[in-house]
Amino acid sequence: MEKGKGLARRWAVELHDASSSSVPDPPGFTRSAPDADDAAGARQRKESEAAWKAQKAWEVAQSPFKNLMMTGFMMWMAGNTIHLFSMGITFSCLWGGINAFRTVGKVFEPFKDPRVDTLAPKLLYIALNLVVLGLGVWKLNTLGLLPTSPSDWVSSLAPAREVEYAGGGIPLN
Amino acid sequence: MAAPPPRRPLLLLLAGLLAAASLATLAAAIYEDQVGLADWHQKYIGKVKQAVYHSQKSGRRRVVVLTEENVIASLDLRSGDIFWRHVIDKNDPLDQLSLSLGKYVLTLSSGGTILRAWNLPDGQMIWETSLETSSASKPQLHVLSNNKVAKDNLVLVSAGRWIYAVSSIDGVISWRKEFSLDGLEIKQVLQSPGTDIVYAVGISDSSKVAIYHLNTKTGEIVKDIQQSLPGGLCGETVIGSDNVLVALDKTRSGLFLIQFKGERVSYNKVHLSSLVRDLSGTVKLLPSMSNGIIALQASSTVALLKLKGTDGLEVAQRFDQPVALSDPLTITEKDEAFAIVQHVGSQIEFVVRFTSDVGSEVIREQVTIDQHRGIVEKVFLNNYVRTDKSHGFRALVVMEDHSLLLIQQGEVVWSREDGLASVVDVTTSELPVEKDGVSVADVEHNLFEWLKGHMLKLKGTLMLASADEVAAIQALRLKSSEKNKMTRDHNGFRKLLIVLTKAGKVIALHTGDGRIIWSNLLPSLRASRSDVMPSALRIYQWQVPHNRVMRQNPSILIVGKAGPESSAPGVFSIIDSYSGEELNSMRLDHSVAQIIPLTLKDSSEQRLHLIVDSNSHAHLYPRSPDALNVFLHEISNLYFYSVDIQKNAIRGYSLQESCGFNLGDEYCFSMKELWSIIFPSDTERIAISETRKMNEVVHTQAKIIGDHDVIYKYLSKNLVFVATLSPKAAGEIGSALPEEASLVAYLIDAVTGRILHRVTHHGAQGPVHAVVSENWVVYHYFNLRAHRFEMAVIEIYDQSRADNKDFLKLVLGKHNLSAPITSYARPEVMVKSQSYFFTHSVKAMAVTQTAKGITSKQLLIGTIGNQVLALDKRYLDPRRSVNPTQQEKEEGIIPLTDSLPIIPQSFVTHSHQVEALRGIVSIPAKLESTTLVFTYGIDLFYTRLAPSRTYDSLTDEFSYALLLITIVALVAAIIVTWILSEKKELRDKWR
Repeated sequence: MEKGKGLARRWAVELHDASSSSVPDPPGFTRSAPDADDAAGARQRKESEAAWKAQKAWEVAQSPFKNLMMTGFMMWMAGNTIHLFSMGITFSCLWGGINAFRTVGKVFEPFKDPRVDTLAPKLLYIALNLVVLGLGVWKLNTLGLLPTSPSDWVSSLAPAREVEYAGGGIPLN
Repeated sequence: MAAPPPRRPLLLLLAGLLAAASLATLAAAIYEDQVGLADWHQKYIGKVKQAVYHSQKSGRRRVVVLTEENVIASLDLRSGDIFWRHVIDKNDPLDQLSLSLGKYVLTLSSGGTILRAWNLPDGQMIWETSLETSSASKPQLHVLSNNKVAKDNLVLVSAGRWIYAVSSIDGVISWRKEFSLDGLEIKQVLQSPGTDIVYAVGISDSSKVAIYHLNTKTGEIVKDIQQSLPGGLCGETVIGSDNVLVALDKTRSGLFLIQFKGERVSYNKVHLSSLVRDLSGTVKLLPSMSNGIIALQASSTVALLKLKGTDGLEVAQRFDQPVALSDPLTITEKDEAFAIVQHVGSQIEFVVRFTSDVGSEVIREQVTIDQHRGIVEKVFLNNYVRTDKSHGFRALVVMEDHSLLLIQQGEVVWSREDGLASVVDVTTSELPVEKDGVSVADVEHNLFEWLKGHMLKLKGTLMLASADEVAAIQALRLKSSEKNKMTRDHNGFRKLLIVLTKAGKVIALHTGDGRIIWSNLLPSLRASRSDVMPSALRIYQWQVPHNRVMRQNPSILIVGKAGPESSAPGVFSIIDSYSGEELNSMRLDHSVAQIIPLTLKDSSEQRLHLIVDSNSHAHLYPRSPDALNVFLHEISNLYFYSVDIQKNAIRGYSLQESCGFNLGDEYCFSMKELWSIIFPSDTERIAISETRKMNEVVHTQAKIIGDHDVIYKYLSKNLVFVATLSPKAAGEIGSALPEEASLVAYLIDAVTGRILHRVTHHGAQGPVHAVVSENWVVYHYFNLRAHRFEMAVIEIYDQSRADNKDFLKLVLGKHNLSAPITSYARPEVMVKSQSYFFTHSVKAMAVTQTAKGITSKQLLIGTIGNQVLALDKRYLDPRRSVNPTQQEKEEGIIPLTDSLPIIPQSFVTHSHQVEALRGIVSIPAKLESTTLVFTYGIDLFYTRLAPSRTYDSLTDEFSYALLLITIVALVAAIIVTWILSEKKELRDKWR
């Protein structure tokens, strides 16, 4: 493909340089005028940006909630028997929850701003993901894959040793 | 469906997969082409007591035999194979065998009351006639010859005071005669050649001889002579010659020579002491010799005597070694031959003589036979005409170990190991471990064979094989050398089945194909070596070497007793289970009433055995200080119980050091009675007592029920199941009314005598069969009210452990579930029971045993049809209900039905029958899923069973070649596509 590109652009000639114009600016025109801003405008803009970021952060923080509803519905649909579908949903739910903790910093990075308090959204995000995780664990339990009943701990318990031994029976004749 | 017990929920996934695999069929049946792969069936007939050869004219070389196992069979004289065989019920003992008209086999059974005719070529029954006779000890069967006028032979049956004449064509009674003389027993029936007169000779009140001359056609008494003999008779008579009857007197020291054909009876008495010197033991007359020759036996001495009219006798020959004489065989009109077989060194000598000239021998042959066959017990002589028109002789020889041999021209043509028809007890032994050093050439050869075999199998799988190839595949499977190797295998399928037979012979059979690896006729159990009849009792594992004594061979213990009575001294024999050599043999100075193999072992890994004698003293074996130390350490925890059927009581004892009467013997222990349960004799009689198998392994003490709840099994080796029947219910079915019959089932702790559970079944009748395993017992009886057989199950649970339900405590190990249990703790128990109808009556019952006890159990039921039915224990679950909940269904509980299903595919024996089935043994293999099942009766049958299918191994059916080819094809496909994609990419780049 590189060669193809090379073929397409074997040579190029720049006929005129737009940036280095020899024509002087007209009087009263300053090239930098639109860039320069007054302090008030800048502050205003920055504030609106921070507000927007905070709003977005809260939105992101609440996003697992929608997921939660979805997952809950899916889990209900999957039923309580073990098969590929229910297992897949449960494990994806668990994986999503765990992954969310891992990537919590990354998710909120775009909203990093000294004026924006991302801690509260982060906490909400974590809390909601915990709920998701809890849902997953609960599902796992209802599927019977968690060793939470006594039966899981005694099912392979060897019989206890007997102290006495009695032998005998009907005499041989 | 047979999934392993649910180990929810961690293993549920695995279980689910297994269940899916096992859902394919409900019964673990095998396909037609799998027959004989893992199973074998051997047919036997038992010890031959009478044999009749086909006449030469019929052209078939066959012999019809009657055996002590109540079998009538037709054998091929060339190979010894069975042409046909009938096993007659034990209640109908066969007494006599004869041939008639050259095409009927006649049998007389049940003390002369049932006469049957069988078709000679195929063994079909032609007719049966029942005769009303007084009970007779020895009924006689006499086929009249040369009555050719009516083309019908009359058969004379004499039993007690009766004589019947029965037509041999249709079994119609042509005449019957009851003699009026009191206490008369007809001993001999004799035909007068050329006339219509039969002589019936009887003895009345052991003092009077009565001779009747009867008309053959009508049964009229032509003449009737009675003669009292001074001194009395013992009842043994023999026809000496045409007109002389020889009878033994009451003291067995003299012979009466009675001439019976004349107008009146004349007799002469000869004293044996003057005739044969140094005669010791009980004198017996050997069956008829005729032509003036009689034979008598006293212990091991046999004398041939020649009659000189009625004047006297002279000794023709005397044998002081054990010798067997055959019945005379008619060669010509006047001459008869008989065979004499005796032991000469390690060989046997086969001599044929004519009765007309006892001094000279026609044939004298030396035959070499196997040393482990004992002495010759019976000989049946037969002749054949050689190409040069001279007479050749062959003989069937019955040996002391019950085997049957055909001797001809100085060689053993074939032999049948018919001692295996009377197996007494079975144990198993591992085979030796495989040694290193298999040659490379061997492997290469095998590799080629292996590939060829797999190519064939692959063809079979892909349905490309021709008929010949299918046959080749089948043959390949059947003779697969892998299963017949003499070494231990990874799965534990190859073992030695060591059986003890009634004759006192120990035989080791290979589980692969049932061939005999070694056999040993134990000298201590041989009848010919002692005056009394010894009997073989039990076989146990004596030493199973593990770590310290690994280099030693394992050994087995055989216990017998030297005599029929219960106080007869015991006999011990220890045998190397690899070679069959007797390592040690001893005669005990006490009797054997019970043998208790203990779980204890001494330092040389010999199992400790406790022998209880009839005086209630226990004796410890092996008699070594080391074993004594081990035993004394445990003595306070060892108990003994005895179920006394005569006294209708169960008693429990503890053991105490030192015997009362014999203080010097430190290996002898006395008993102290601790408890007793005495049943009221007028309402209950002990019918059966059953315990768990000692070697049974239980995987877990907990049972998980539907909602993750746990109940704890009451697992005690000391649990004894005892069933009692009301006195009337012990008889045959139909002999008691439902109101009179009842069965009471008890679960008893044998240490404390505590009755854990008691249940009464009203209207139930014996026979009772039971099997105890883990925490349950299943028993089989007849329900008189429902007119059906029933199987009941009792499961017993430990209620005192039920509180262990806190999961955190269990996680942290804070529970008392693994603490040792004592019976004195008197745990509370909970019992669940249920009963189901069952179609068959049962001959034997057992349960499958596996190595770790994880695999679900199947009941092995020996049915009345001599087959073995494998019935899943889940059908006998007391928790079955009509509408199981979802959770119960998940647990695998089958909806309740009133009767147990009999699925034809679940017959373990498939098309075979184990005639007169007596026992079923289940031996665990190393592979957890699999158990080895050995069934014995007159026949032997062995197979492998996987109650939950083989979930831990690939089946034999699995095509490794197909897998290999698939893998190779996949790899090839990957390589090819990779090359193709590389090429395509290159082409694209050049474009």
